[in-house]
Amino acid sequence: MKLSLNINGNQQEVDVDPNTPLLWVIRDHLQLTGTKFGCGMALCGACTVHMNGNPIRSCVTPVSSVQGQSITTIEGVTESDLSKEANAVVDAWEDIAVVQCGYCQSGQIMSATALLKQNPNPSDQDINNFMSGNICRCATYKRIKDGIKQAAQTMQIAQSESDLFYNASEENVAHATTDSEGVNHNAA
Amino acid sequence: MLHKFSSSNVSKVRSSESGISRRSFLITSAQSSAGLVLGMALPLSQAQAKTESAVATTKTFTPNAFVSVDSSNKVIITIKHLEMGQGTFTGLATLVAEELDADWSQVECRGAEANTEHFANTMWGKFQGTGGSTAIANSYSQMRNAGATARAMLVSAAATLWRVPVSEISVEQGEVLHKSSGKRVSFGTLAELAALQKVPSSVNLKDPANFKLIGRKVPRKDVGKTSGKAIFTQDIQRPDQLTAMVAHPPKFGATLKSFDASQAKKVPGVEAVVAIPNGVAVLAKDYWAAKTAREQLSIQWDESKAFQQSSDDIMKEYKALAEKPGLLAAESGDVDKGFTEAAQIIEAEYEFPYLAHATMEPMNCVVQIKAGANGTSGAELWYGAQIHTGDQMAVAGVLGIKPDQVKINTLFAGGSFGRRGNSHSDYVVEAVQVAKAHGKGVPVKLVWSREDDTQAGYYRPMYFHKLKAGLDKSGNLVAWQHRIVGQSIVKGTGFEGMIQNGIDHTSVEGASNLPYGIPNKRVELHTTENQVPILWWRSVGSTHTAHATESFLDEVAKAANKDPLELRMALLKDHPRHSGVLELAAKQANWAAKRAAGKSVGVAVHKSFGTYVAQVVEVAKTGEGYKVEHVTCAVDCGVTVNPDVIKAQMEGGIGYGLSPALLSEVTFKQGKVVQSNFHDYQVIRMKDMPAIDVHIVPSTEPPTGVGEPGTPVIAPALANALVTAGAEREYRLPLKTPLV
Repeated sequence: MKLSLNINGNQQEVDVDPNTPLLWVIRDHLQLTGTKFGCGMALCGACTVHMNGNPIRSCVTPVSSVQGQSITTIEGVTESDLSKEANAVVDAWEDIAVVQCGYCQSGQIMSATALLKQNPNPSDQDINNFMSGNICRCATYKRIKDGIKQAAQTMQIAQSESDLFYNASEENVAHATTDSEGVNHNAA
Repeated sequence: MLHKFSSSNVSKVRSSESGISRRSFLITSAQSSAGLVLGMALPLSQAQAKTESAVATTKTFTPNAFVSVDSSNKVIITIKHLEMGQGTFTGLATLVAEELDADWSQVECRGAEANTEHFANTMWGKFQGTGGSTAIANSYSQMRNAGATARAMLVSAAATLWRVPVSEISVEQGEVLHKSSGKRVSFGTLAELAALQKVPSSVNLKDPANFKLIGRKVPRKDVGKTSGKAIFTQDIQRPDQLTAMVAHPPKFGATLKSFDASQAKKVPGVEAVVAIPNGVAVLAKDYWAAKTAREQLSIQWDESKAFQQSSDDIMKEYKALAEKPGLLAAESGDVDKGFTEAAQIIEAEYEFPYLAHATMEPMNCVVQIKAGANGTSGAELWYGAQIHTGDQMAVAGVLGIKPDQVKINTLFAGGSFGRRGNSHSDYVVEAVQVAKAHGKGVPVKLVWSREDDTQAGYYRPMYFHKLKAGLDKSGNLVAWQHRIVGQSIVKGTGFEGMIQNGIDHTSVEGASNLPYGIPNKRVELHTTENQVPILWWRSVGSTHTAHATESFLDEVAKAANKDPLELRMALLKDHPRHSGVLELAAKQANWAAKRAAGKSVGVAVHKSFGTYVAQVVEVAKTGEGYKVEHVTCAVDCGVTVNPDVIKAQMEGGIGYGLSPALLSEVTFKQGKVVQSNFHDYQVIRMKDMPAIDVHIVPSTEPPTGVGEPGTPVIAPALANALVTAGAEREYRLPLKTPLV
């Protein structure tokens, strides 16, 4: 069956059984191999992609159900400037040296990016709740958590700098210091 | 994970001249022929270097099998060990770059192909492989020599170019300098001339005081892992490649009686269904077609000779065996007399289940068999190869060719923890059997599902431990007896040479060499047999011996009314590296501090693969259960090559060890594996991971490995902490004490 999919901003045609999980269409038909197969049952999160910005497990998502939706894979999310969350996450991942074997990390990064989009300043508990669907057998969890926090901080500093710049240009610096979300978050 | 391969099994290995292959564009000018590698980088002969440089299309300097400098100023380092997350690309490249005085940013790494001549593990004889936390230990001199040799030839080239004495030349961060004249030149510019220089017969290595990279955190070189661009076996897509999935027997030892593939063949995309020795394989254009078709197979199995036991039956047998003396693995003093004279005797038994490695990347392997005029002329494989030489021999055996006709391209492995280093080469052989049965010469990618990976073996064996200790009137430990029951990992494999006097070292390591100063000690082993396929699992024997000995030592401390840390320190006075890590961990964790009500600490110390690790776990009792709050880890692994990689391996090792401590087990019911995926073979997740601090003992001892030694210590340290916090002592892993 011919289907039209929007993957990483590109409209793509595929001819597959409509029940085929999105994961295998992405990997075997579109040759985007950054998204990984780990369990096939939505238990490990290695196959996480975004549908309209929200994380989904592509290994249990029939491809027919994502027609008309916007799908983003690791290849799409880490292209420069596509997402400030993803850029901050990848920078933090590299800086902290989160990765060991790396096989689960596409999924980890997709989940972490989605978390920060929903919640720019997650607590430890928020991170535990959001990220516990992603297994890492190298157990890089500590560094993933540190990475998410560092990425959150980077985003807040960037936000507060951009607010300062914006407000300064409006000659309203005093307002910026009390109004900047980043300042509040940093203090918290 | 692996130890020494018996030489009788490697004598069949021929020298390989195939050399660098798939990525040969990286090394175009020179490739060494066979020669001896004795802990040294293999130099090219001068004549060879000259000849090959003359015909080189790119001006590349390749002084040995490990280092290559091209005219674009890249330093390409070939890493002979499998990168499976442990950081060996970074570690080994650091050693080369240090002596080469390369700039870290110009360094790139590639995985070595199978080539026993060049890439043998120097601790395993003429055998290429990764395991037993040996990568840094066996490569420390070799990689430094490789870098120093390249450096000397670059210096010699610059001296020739500038007509100045070698002694006036220095090298800094990828540039060769003549300071007095201000001349400088990059490695890349010198590459062509360097290739013409004589290979020095010996080189001087740096004084550690002058190290610039060794001892520092440098960015990792296993790159592409945060962008989805790193290529794992699962990602290989060769032209005309087919994906294969195998229906394995439902029980170990069952065999194929008959099968009907008519329905399976109707699934679009299916190309063939073939029988192989261990099942029925479906070959299809992609994974989903193969999986769908496999579900349509109708198969009759002959289970008459299959494994039929349940885990409970096995444990019952093991317990009965432990009542009788076993083979002697270690003995000192007069144990029977020690017990006769003891004022108090305590006993305990510990049970351990089978464990799956459960790598994130389920087992897989890509193979293409090549036809020649007289049958099969060779095979090429792409996968996360861990024991190249053993795999070459096994593949050659299936195809009736020579091991050096088996070309292996080494990819990143999505974890291994011992699984890919299988002396039976099980999944590699299976891939080759499928490709052979298919017989079309196209690349075949064997892919296991998570269910296959959980149910088709191989496992850390089940074990039963029975310990007995005798204390005198003052509470001093005067006698110790330790009986271990379980399958032998190395029996019937190429590593069988590790069995001495009937004792498989991997069954007793960590127990037979217990460091504690006890006057009368005896360790015995009962080796059992059954059809369950077994394998080393991150830290091998120490996965169970550390837990049994360190848990029991806390029970001894309790019986003697002594502080568990003080008792250990007293018993380790002749073992400064053990007591060193204990002392550091205890200090960093504030062992002696008064803690708030409900909070308590537990400790364990263990040496494995030459590395010493102590961990202090702090737990808190809450309304609903216990919370693991913090782990303080101290490690002594000799010279620190990369402190951040050491810390990462301790963190990861602790996390890996927490799964069997709290959640994981493979069980059998009437011969069948009960678990199938991560819902019932549970592993720790983000919410289960405690905070961890790692402290490294400064050392000038030769560096030892860090991939495994962090793992075995966490279960006993945690169990001991839970008991101190008020929980009942448990005698089986995984623990059942409720954690929150």
